[in-house]
Amino acid sequence: MTSVITVPPSLDDHTFEQVVDQLAAVPSDAKVIVDARHTRWASPYGLTALLTLGQTRLERPSFTAPDNEDTSSYWARTGFFRHAEELFDLHGSVPKARGGESTVLLEITPVTKSEDVHEVVGRIQQKAQQILAKELNIDAKATVGFAMTLSEVCQNIVEHAGRGGWVAVQTYTWRKRLGRRVVVIAVCDAGCGFRQSLESAPGRVRSDRWDDAEALEEAVVRGVSRFRDPGRGQGLAGVRRYVGRWDGKVSVRSGTARIAIVPSWDDDVPLQEKLAPFPGSQVQVTIPERVSGGPR
Amino acid sequence: MMMHIDVSSVLRQTVSCELYSNLVTRPTGAAVRTQIEALLADSRERSLTVIDFSHVGMIDFSCADEVIAKLLLRYANAERTEREAYFLFRGVNDDHWDAIETVLERHGLALVLETDDGAKVVGTVDDGERVVWEKVYELGRTAPADLASALGTGEADCEAALDALHRRRLVMRTEDGYIAVGGIGIRHD
Repeated sequence: MTSVITVPPSLDDHTFEQVVDQLAAVPSDAKVIVDARHTRWASPYGLTALLTLGQTRLERPSFTAPDNEDTSSYWARTGFFRHAEELFDLHGSVPKARGGESTVLLEITPVTKSEDVHEVVGRIQQKAQQILAKELNIDAKATVGFAMTLSEVCQNIVEHAGRGGWVAVQTYTWRKRLGRRVVVIAVCDAGCGFRQSLESAPGRVRSDRWDDAEALEEAVVRGVSRFRDPGRGQGLAGVRRYVGRWDGKVSVRSGTARIAIVPSWDDDVPLQEKLAPFPGSQVQVTIPERVSGGPR
Repeated sequence: MMMHIDVSSVLRQTVSCELYSNLVTRPTGAAVRTQIEALLADSRERSLTVIDFSHVGMIDFSCADEVIAKLLLRYANAERTEREAYFLFRGVNDDHWDAIETVLERHGLALVLETDDGAKVVGTVDDGERVVWEKVYELGRTAPADLASALGTGEADCEAALDALHRRRLVMRTEDGYIAVGGIGIRHD
């Protein structure tokens, strides 16, 4: 039996939960058609998460591209279809990719090994300084921290996921919550997730409450790592510091939980539990345009 | 014996691509440190090595932990090694500093940084250690009695402070006194 998974008209980290909810009712070996015909917009999180969805299926899924030409064309320019065709049987009108999309800071890029992180960091540095300074009014010095943040979240895939994932970086105007320009990093994988990674630590004692939410709290808030090396766990702590300095936001979804470090401009829930299960880890970092009097 | 290690050159020898100038990822950091350790293996029992970051684009937390923290933990700690390996860090700029400062704090480490204005000790050092180190740097080769006179404190206290800085490999001990790392070759009139 084939199940149709409907992609919402606007796909971001929140509305992707509608996709996960639909998937929860479908056995992992069942055939699915991911129907994005009516989707008009997707964040980098939405696009990379859709690719990880394709990774999770035992039976090769189908994917129906957006009907809207502008949407489809934009997705092509992000590199989405180039990767999707390896995971899905594509249907609908799939345009050929064209370059020149100025808001795509880093098109969707696979991350499986350490060299990929070098590649990603090298590519982002060329454009990030200009975008951060000119579009987001952020000090050019923040570029290095931005590249470090990107490096550390990508390394989570290499070090912990156990399988490859994707990263994308885009700028856009976030009208709904903020009304300002933002730069967004999305890093999604369908690997083992935070709970399983921490459980693999030798001699680890689990608390009674041990679940995906506690695993996220340990890793993201307390900087705990599966490695005994005291130098571990600094990456995500560094990401939190950078995000805090620039009044940004970081959210991490893994398994059945999602944790967010929420700035004052957003009303997101800091910790969500008992979500529909989805493999791996999905990270989003959002840095907003700096307004006069904002943090430096 | 004094050695100069250009971290950027080591990086290019370590990773497959000639174009990479960024110290990112833990495996890269571990590989770079291993290469530095191989170079140090040829040095004598007492050595001063300049670790030069001048041509490194950026360094992330994971790489800073692998390259700097683990190098210092292994060599710049008298409890762990009989060998006297001293390090002077050169070419560290603002782009590198955030990651380096973070790992130094995490492990309670300190190092000597060469700047345009001379050398300075950075990282986890208390006020007393900093005052003693700066005075030794200013005086040049210093015996505990000289330091006591300069600081107006007891000789025994100065000897203990110098011994503590020596164990952290922030000052070098010679037959006739102590020299601050980074103080060698500097004229003291």
